[in-house]
Amino acid sequence: MFFLDISLGSVTIPFKEVCTSLTGGNASKSTWEYIIINYRLPKAITAVLVGVGLSISGLLMQTLFRNPLAGPDVLGLSSGAILAVAVVILGAGLLPSFLNEIVLSAYGIVLASTLGSISVLLLVLLVAQRLRNTMAILIVGLMFGSFTSAIVGVLTYFSSAEQLQRFTFWSLGNLGNLPWASIFVLAVCVAIGLLLSISSIKPLNALLLGENYAKSMGLNYKKAQLLIIFATSILAGSITAFAGPIAFIGLAVPHIAKLTFQTSNHAILYWSTFFYGAIIMLFCDIASQFPGLDTTLPINAITSIIGAPVVVWLLMKKRNFQ
Amino acid sequence: MAVNEKKKLSVIIKKLKSLALFFGNFNMKNILTTSNLSIGYKSKKETVTIAENLNLNLDAGKLISLIGANGIGKSTLLRTITGIQKPLSGNVFLNDKDIASFKPLELAQNLALVLTEKLPPSNLTVFELVALGRQPYTNWIGTLNPEDITKVNEALELTQISHLARKKHFEISDGQLQKVLIARALAQDTPLIILDEPTTHLDLLHKVSLFKLLKKLTQETQKCILFSTHDIDLAIQLSDEMIIMTPESVIQDEPCNLISKGSFATLFKDEHITFDAEKGKFIVN
Repeated sequence: MFFLDISLGSVTIPFKEVCTSLTGGNASKSTWEYIIINYRLPKAITAVLVGVGLSISGLLMQTLFRNPLAGPDVLGLSSGAILAVAVVILGAGLLPSFLNEIVLSAYGIVLASTLGSISVLLLVLLVAQRLRNTMAILIVGLMFGSFTSAIVGVLTYFSSAEQLQRFTFWSLGNLGNLPWASIFVLAVCVAIGLLLSISSIKPLNALLLGENYAKSMGLNYKKAQLLIIFATSILAGSITAFAGPIAFIGLAVPHIAKLTFQTSNHAILYWSTFFYGAIIMLFCDIASQFPGLDTTLPINAITSIIGAPVVVWLLMKKRNFQ
Repeated sequence: MAVNEKKKLSVIIKKLKSLALFFGNFNMKNILTTSNLSIGYKSKKETVTIAENLNLNLDAGKLISLIGANGIGKSTLLRTITGIQKPLSGNVFLNDKDIASFKPLELAQNLALVLTEKLPPSNLTVFELVALGRQPYTNWIGTLNPEDITKVNEALELTQISHLARKKHFEISDGQLQKVLIARALAQDTPLIILDEPTTHLDLLHKVSLFKLLKKLTQETQKCILFSTHDIDLAIQLSDEMIIMTPESVIQDEPCNLISKGSFATLFKDEHITFDAEKGKFIVN
């Protein structure tokens, strides 16, 4: 899938040439080599990081909140990131120019996005502890989503066309155009998040029986909760920052893994979600630059177009939806 | 007989006696005690005391039932002696150690719970669910070693649900699920198991079989099992000891002593319900 993703694109490059370029040899056309090394390879790597990170964060959310509808986007995590980035990009004009540059650099946006998602997650958690009702948590997430879009609406009203364009492009989601340095930062963030998630496999399994049973089996609930939330925030936050708010992957992939493997054991779910996440995201990326099409479609549209029917289809096929 | 031999004999007899005493003590081993325990709720405004000066003893190999009317504070008592809730005053000792000083993991190796709450939706199989009881002993990622698997299989056999091991936990009946939850507590390998109303939602047949199972477990494993229940008739017949909670007092004794003391008559303050001491039953007038 990875190589297929690299091979396909708006410029047709023979598969053999792709392999030569990747292994360090010289392709027969230098433009081909350039396209592969500086455009397609980074994009494929980003797709894998995004797919894996979002899927795993969705898996963690669904178990922590005991809710099959939980996911980084439904719970308002992405909304938080969107709001923070909107404030940074669209509101930067209000700041003095030297601050402006720092804030608008790639790292400023990453930082804003991560902070945005962490604060929303803490808010959701606060509500979760007060209300104990998982439906209420989702409603809070939804409310926060509409609140965000309203604020973003107000901000766009006061911003310049250039700022607006930048924000719109970011919000459509984009796997490409990332320099190697950014990919490195993203990879480090995702790796940290994934390692934290591995260490929360045992607590997640305990949480399958509910908070009280988990505590009775020796789980330090507060510590585990914090660990899971931190892992989710760093995954969803960094990905949203670099690739924009990508919908549906976080919600759909864990379900696809659960429905195909028919298990709740997180040791299995972790790896199946991991690989499904990578494969599905690469597939969406291939679909977005469909061979023969000159333009590349926004990735956000593709993930929803592919993800929604897949989940519905799986639901219809397997009735015991858990 | 020479004096020497007599002395030897008396030494042997003494040793045997101390050995018998040792085993006697072993059988009666005290697992949980409360000393001058007061339970209730403390808020900024006021302190609500539910019961005071509780001195309860839970011994190994005993099946002990906790009864009392709705809202009397059974759950508060259970929460306090399991360390979830702090006592207003007094102490709870588990294996001679104050329960407040236990670390979560250590507590999980000494006390297992079966709760009334519904399990959240998941795809867990019966085996996986019971195996979760091994969490206090497994490594950081929760791998089951051969010993863990043996313990899980033992728990499944003791509760007679080995044939269900591969089923999903939502595919089995309420009675079977209750057994699975008990098996999970057994797999946790603790000297004390506390169950909160394990017989609710079950019909008479399954209630009886569950009580008999608990009785069998205490006899075969020498564990102490404490459970709260509203099935007083059955509890009287099958428990080794009972704890009766009324607004005035909390009494712990053997069922027949409680009957002769007339303790059951004080349980419900209603003229329509009386306790027939001969039949050991409540009767509606």
